[in-house]
Amino acid sequence: MKTKRGLKLLALLAVLTLVIAACGGGEGGEDETTTTAGTEEPTTTAGEEEPTTTAGEEEPMEPGELGVVEVGAGENVKIGSLQAISGDVASLGTDQVRATEIAIADFGDIQGHAVELAFNEDDTCGAEGGQAGATRIIADPQVVAVIGTSCSGAGVPASNVITSAGRVLISGSNTSPVLTSDLVGNEGPEHHPGYFRTAHNDAIQGAAAAQFVFDELGLTSVATVNDGDPYTQGLTSAFEASFEELGGTIAISTAVTADQTDMRPVLTEIAAAGAELIFFPIFQPAGDFLAEQALEVAGLEETILMGADGLLSDTYVVLPQTENMYFSGPQTPQGPAYDEFVGKYEAEYGEAPIQSFHAHAYDATLMVLTAISNVAQADGDNLVIDLQAVRDELHSMTYDGLTGSLSCDEFGDCASPNIDIVQNTEAEADIAAVRANVQATYSASDLGF
Amino acid sequence: MTQAATVDARPVRRVSRITPVSIFLWGLRIAALAVILYGSFLSISSGRLSASQWRDLIVFGVSTGSVYALIALGYTMVYGVLRFINFAHGEVFMVGAMMAFYVANGLSTTSLWANNPIVSLLIVLLAAMITSTTVAVVVERIAYRPLRGAPRLIPLITSIGASFTIQYLVRGLVGPSTKAFPRMEPLRGTFELGGFVILRSQVVVIVAALTMMLLLYLFVEKTRTGKSMRAVSEDAETAALMGIDVDRTIVKVFAVGGAMAGVAGALWGLVFPSLNFFSGFLPGIKAFTSAVLGGIGNIVGAMLGGVSLGIFESVGPSLVLAGYEIPAFSQLKDVVAYSALVLVLIFRPTGILGERLAQERG
Repeated sequence: MKTKRGLKLLALLAVLTLVIAACGGGEGGEDETTTTAGTEEPTTTAGEEEPTTTAGEEEPMEPGELGVVEVGAGENVKIGSLQAISGDVASLGTDQVRATEIAIADFGDIQGHAVELAFNEDDTCGAEGGQAGATRIIADPQVVAVIGTSCSGAGVPASNVITSAGRVLISGSNTSPVLTSDLVGNEGPEHHPGYFRTAHNDAIQGAAAAQFVFDELGLTSVATVNDGDPYTQGLTSAFEASFEELGGTIAISTAVTADQTDMRPVLTEIAAAGAELIFFPIFQPAGDFLAEQALEVAGLEETILMGADGLLSDTYVVLPQTENMYFSGPQTPQGPAYDEFVGKYEAEYGEAPIQSFHAHAYDATLMVLTAISNVAQADGDNLVIDLQAVRDELHSMTYDGLTGSLSCDEFGDCASPNIDIVQNTEAEADIAAVRANVQATYSASDLGF
Repeated sequence: MTQAATVDARPVRRVSRITPVSIFLWGLRIAALAVILYGSFLSISSGRLSASQWRDLIVFGVSTGSVYALIALGYTMVYGVLRFINFAHGEVFMVGAMMAFYVANGLSTTSLWANNPIVSLLIVLLAAMITSTTVAVVVERIAYRPLRGAPRLIPLITSIGASFTIQYLVRGLVGPSTKAFPRMEPLRGTFELGGFVILRSQVVVIVAALTMMLLLYLFVEKTRTGKSMRAVSEDAETAALMGIDVDRTIVKVFAVGGAMAGVAGALWGLVFPSLNFFSGFLPGIKAFTSAVLGGIGNIVGAMLGGVSLGIFESVGPSLVLAGYEIPAFSQLKDVVAYSALVLVLIFRPTGILGERLAQERG
């Protein structure tokens, strides 16, 4: 009788595993098939078009090896958006989608062809969303460029899928060094030619945060917490390297999971390690729990909390437990051009920008549209866009945007960023006020990059 | 089976016990124990954590574990009467927590919240209980009762469907964003009991959970309704012959399980004050694990299983994994929790208190 019951339980578990495996497998399988279809499609289109339309006409230009996109008379130049627009990090993506929409309206036509945001996909701030969204976008061979992703974790598969289809992916908020390089000449493991970004590289943000903690706060022993995502891992390791170089010690380098709620055990470990500051560049809601429970664990009463741009959002800084926290993040742009942009944003969406990367996404969109416009050649009523030329143009051009002068290095890092360290105190009521409460600013050259 | 037959069977059984499989199992048990003990020895002897920090870890574990235990009661009671796992139970818990959030949010602006925390806490608990009970009963009526008598796998699959349905209904109703529970000032800070410092919120959670479990135990063991539940779980057909309305009893089981999940939801909000429509999934799976750990179908087992799982999860990474200097061991707390389940099942295949049940049913 006992064995029979055991068997039944085993059967139950087996069925559950099968169900879970089936769900996961189905999704993966679907993705895979569409990926192949998607990656093949543009190449075949390009192959067809090369001899018949472009090469045969009076255009002297040789089509690049990535092929061309031909926009017919009366058709629009299509670009895609792949941002985190749902869930806890929705503010990060929504902010950028809005900036992209404003940029498209500001840019106007490319030689008589309107620019259309043909896709608004959700990267879900994770690898699965990045893979699926990128695959859906490149299934349309008319898409020239994709603006995204919001999260580096989604950027890893999206960069692979989109650039291997010959398209350009340009992000306003991916910051992980793995997607480009470590800024001292070593290519990141997930770098693909055709990937660009206007956001800072976290090698710089990590160094800025470390410098602030060591010099301004005068602390020498810190703890870092990541959640296994490429963004959080990249940033914590950049921070650790810079902090140790300055002469500080990393008391404990630990990790949580993105869906973890009980942070008290890990906080107890941090208290035991004697850290004076906890640097946790993670996301909500794990960041909510970590900040809340840090107030309750014995031994952490005096410990300072510090987050990064992923937590610098309208929904996080209003939480009572985030009072007195420091954040690192990209500098808020200044000047009349930025004010004009914010004016348009408010007029269009009824609220001020809600995250740190709207200006970067605006610049990214305008930059890629300028590059397309520069290389696009009229062919009768049609417009021929050579995909390799778009990449080359992005590498060679210098673009003056809201976030400063942008010129892309060989690994796709275009920004020469300034990093702000801001603090959320009792006086700051919303995200704009927190971002304006700047404690220190570091430029890339200050940090030796 | 007669007494004589049992006696005759014994020598045969003893011989069959020394098989390669049992040798392997014993080897596995000894190896697992050795790994755990050596890791713990390394970890404790390194002096990384102080005695009070170890104690804190245990208290954190007990408080999370007692919430797991409350949810696990619903899994185990339903399994007791219907012999299937109601996977929608995690969602019943989430719905309770969601209602607790809305009530607490509404109350937090009133003076009652600040001046009379106990009354407001009771209101929140009651609202969560009523909501969860209603959802549990409705799910039983719509999703499970039409399948009474169908093979056991059918309601199991249905319960997974019901779980998704509730999740996305809630998502549709309240949106995908994470809700932050309002703070209850009197519950912040710590109590000191003879040098023993405990967080107030955890005291409330532990006391409330233990009270509910005691009430449930008395209800099942001492009342007429409880007796009919036990009768149905023993043998539904015979119970029906004895004049027990089986369907009504099953509804009551779902209602009681739902009420426990509702209390768990409200308490969860006190300890982990952020939730969204997906918050029921992980606690649900953990509670299911607790129920199996304690011996599925056994009420006291579910309580023990929940509290033990909470402690394993909280202490395990620091005690065993840290001893072997595994980097970022805190991330592996779920691994520890499920490994603990496997380990307990290696030693006691029917769970901590499963034996009694198996014999009774045998």
